[in-house]
Amino acid sequence: MATKDYIRERFFPHMWCPGCGHGIVLNGLIRAVEQLGIDKSNIVMVSGIGCSSRISGYLDFHTLHTVHGRALAFATGIKMSRPELNVIVPMGDGDALAIGGNHFIHAARRNIDMTAIIMNNRIYGMTGGQYSPLSGYGTLATTAPYTNIDHSFDIVELAKAAGATFVARTTTYHAQQLPDIIKEAITHKGFSVVEILSQCPTYFGRKNKEGGAVEMMERMKDNTTPIGSKAKQENQSLIERGIFIKKDMPEYCSEYGKIIERAMKGK
Amino acid sequence: MGKKPKLKEHRINRNWCKGCGICVHFCPKNVLELDSEEKAVAVRPQDCIACKLCELRCPDLAIEIITE
Ligand SMILES: Cc1ncc(C[n+]2csc(CCOP(=O)(O)OP(=O)(O)O)c2C)c(N)n1
Ligand code: SF4
Ligand code: SF4
Ligand code: SF4
Ligand SMILES: [Mg+2]
Repeated sequence: MATKDYIRERFFPHMWCPGCGHGIVLNGLIRAVEQLGIDKSNIVMVSGIGCSSRISGYLDFHTLHTVHGRALAFATGIKMSRPELNVIVPMGDGDALAIGGNHFIHAARRNIDMTAIIMNNRIYGMTGGQYSPLSGYGTLATTAPYTNIDHSFDIVELAKAAGATFVARTTTYHAQQLPDIIKEAITHKGFSVVEILSQCPTYFGRKNKEGGAVEMMERMKDNTTPIGSKAKQENQSLIERGIFIKKDMPEYCSEYGKIIERAMKGK
Repeated sequence: MGKKPKLKEHRINRNWCKGCGICVHFCPKNVLELDSEEKAVAVRPQDCIACKLCELRCPDLAIEIITE
């Protein structure tokens, strides 16, 4: 099938700004689903609110556009009632880790089989460039005109510590790695977290004088490195990308199925 | 399979292209440019190696590489 078979063409051109990284995530996600050959009607995409969350409107899967920060809670309900479906939950950095931080750690802890994709542009894009828990110390935002003094989360470390059984990171620059990682995440049985560094040229880029989309993507190339590379040993400030964790653990819906069986037998 | 795909055409959707320049900048063969309306065009198609990086990186799904 072609890209067009996976989108709702009537909503195009989409609402994202020129060069917004979220469009590249959309692009890569379509390739991943296409290559996996999953039937569109077996995919449920659940999103919250944010520029990132608008992605669910553009894709021709079963989609739910819910409330800010709560996508994982809605997704949990769907997965518990229809565990045979593939559940994909794209979220913004604010959506997933500010207002939605609690849902995030507990979904990871339960190891419920779904794919959380965090489109991390280090800012609240939709509401006008306020800093997020991923902006980082020393950055500029509409709400931090004299620089941000909040330190940022490391999504990979947080997801690992919370119990996610698949944890990976890539960027919108790495256009071949992006669909490959999403494919592995979708295939993994358990809670999968994929952090995708994405650019918001309109707010993060402009506020932090990082230039436009092209310059921001050049930065992703320069500032990241494959996990465990020699470059990383020599320069600790490089951000690693690749698959950090992929392990088997009892999955929540399967375990719940066993509980139902036990209860039916009365013991 | 095995054989390198050969370019047939660059299919660029001018209604969707927002002129971000990502495809132009990252093309390894410098095939693309933005025209006077800030839309991507293939000005040196003969140099294209059909790597599809432009297609994969376009945030607007506006460019497609058609191969033979
Ligand atoms: C309960 C609630 N609180 C606040 C908002 C306002 N709001 C909408 S989107 C958003 C943050 C968006 O940032 P992020 O999740 O990083 O997504 P982005 O737009 O950057 O992709 C906020 C605070 C809301 N819609 N609902
Ligand atoms: S404001 Fe930022 S995140 Fe939102 S569409 Fe524009 S570039 Fe993308
Ligand atoms: S990457 Fe896409 S939207 Fe950007 S200039 Fe090229 S074709 Fe247009
Ligand atoms: S397919 Fe590759 S070489 Fe051809 S225009 Fe696109 S990026 Fe350039
Ligand atoms: Mg954001």
